Amino acid sequence: MTEVNSFKKGLKDGIPICLGYFSVSFAFGIFAVENGLTVFQATILSLVNLTSAGQLAGVPIITGGTLPELALSQLIINSRYSLMSVSLSQKLSHNAKLRDKLLISYANTDEIFAVAVSQKGDVGKRYMWGLIMLPVIGWTSGTFIGAVAGNILPAMVTAALGLAIYGMFVAIVVPVAKKEKATAFCVAIAIALSCAFKYVPVLTKVPTGFTVIICSVIAAVILAVVAPIKAEEEVTEDAQQ
Amino acid sequence: MPNSKFFIYLLVMAGVTYLVRMIPMALIKKKIKNRFVLSFLHYIPYAVLSVMTVPACFYATDSPVTAAVGFIIAVIAAFFERSLIQVAALSCAGVLITELIIMLIK
Repeated sequence: MTEVNSFKKGLKDGIPICLGYFSVSFAFGIFAVENGLTVFQATILSLVNLTSAGQLAGVPIITGGTLPELALSQLIINSRYSLMSVSLSQKLSHNAKLRDKLLISYANTDEIFAVAVSQKGDVGKRYMWGLIMLPVIGWTSGTFIGAVAGNILPAMVTAALGLAIYGMFVAIVVPVAKKEKATAFCVAIAIALSCAFKYVPVLTKVPTGFTVIICSVIAAVILAVVAPIKAEEEVTEDAQQ
Repeated sequence: MPNSKFFIYLLVMAGVTYLVRMIPMALIKKKIKNRFVLSFLHYIPYAVLSVMTVPACFYATDSPVTAAVGFIIAVIAAFFERSLIQVAALSCAGVLITELIIMLIK
């Protein structure tokens, strides 16, 4: 079995992820400061969490919600990583010991996962270290610079950058919804529920963190019952995200 | 916000996020076989991202009009499978240009 274990190749493969993360986390930095976090808080939040959707949902809960709401929302929003971790663990070569996995799992993001599992053969720890390094730097420094520059940039530009993270979400969802009818339905149900919780009088009282959980779990459960996937496809489909 | 409160929240948030990633990688050695669990895990990312995007994205800029333009551009760019950076950049550019047009008209 071939094995990819070059630190240098890892670094190189991480460059495009790093650039993408930098631009998106720049917008996150602006968002975090607007929501009442300090520059330092926004930066350390990005460094230790390394997750776009979770952080975006987490910031308003940190400033205005409760701890159970925060824990539960992170658990649901980030639950997709558990599957990615299972499949990445089977892709790692034997040179990755438990302590290596403890580090690698910290940086198992959608994009890092996708690049790692698309390699031919097993991936070694040295490759993973290289792959992880630049995206972590990009995500953290982008947040820092966004948090600082949010006040300096013209209001018009910061307003426009507010859409960057959502643009990234759209970039992840749409190509899959285009190929899979079931996923398109899932997206439609999720959006309908989400709008209901935003505009239907009684439902608007539900805290945002819970809204995300309720809507996404209902949509995913409905589709898991109505259109269960074939077990074999799962890993490869996730790899293409 | 005060650091004392922030760090408690940060600890919980980062702790949950890390454990979700770490526990399966460190402990599970076999593949998950349960079809319902696999299906749920397959759909949940798209459900979460969709819920978070609509309708929140329409309030992410100065006006729902500019945001809607940016959002539509993002959907079109994503439909043609542009990269993550391209989709994000194009949607922001769309917002900025719409802002400028609105300013000129007024």
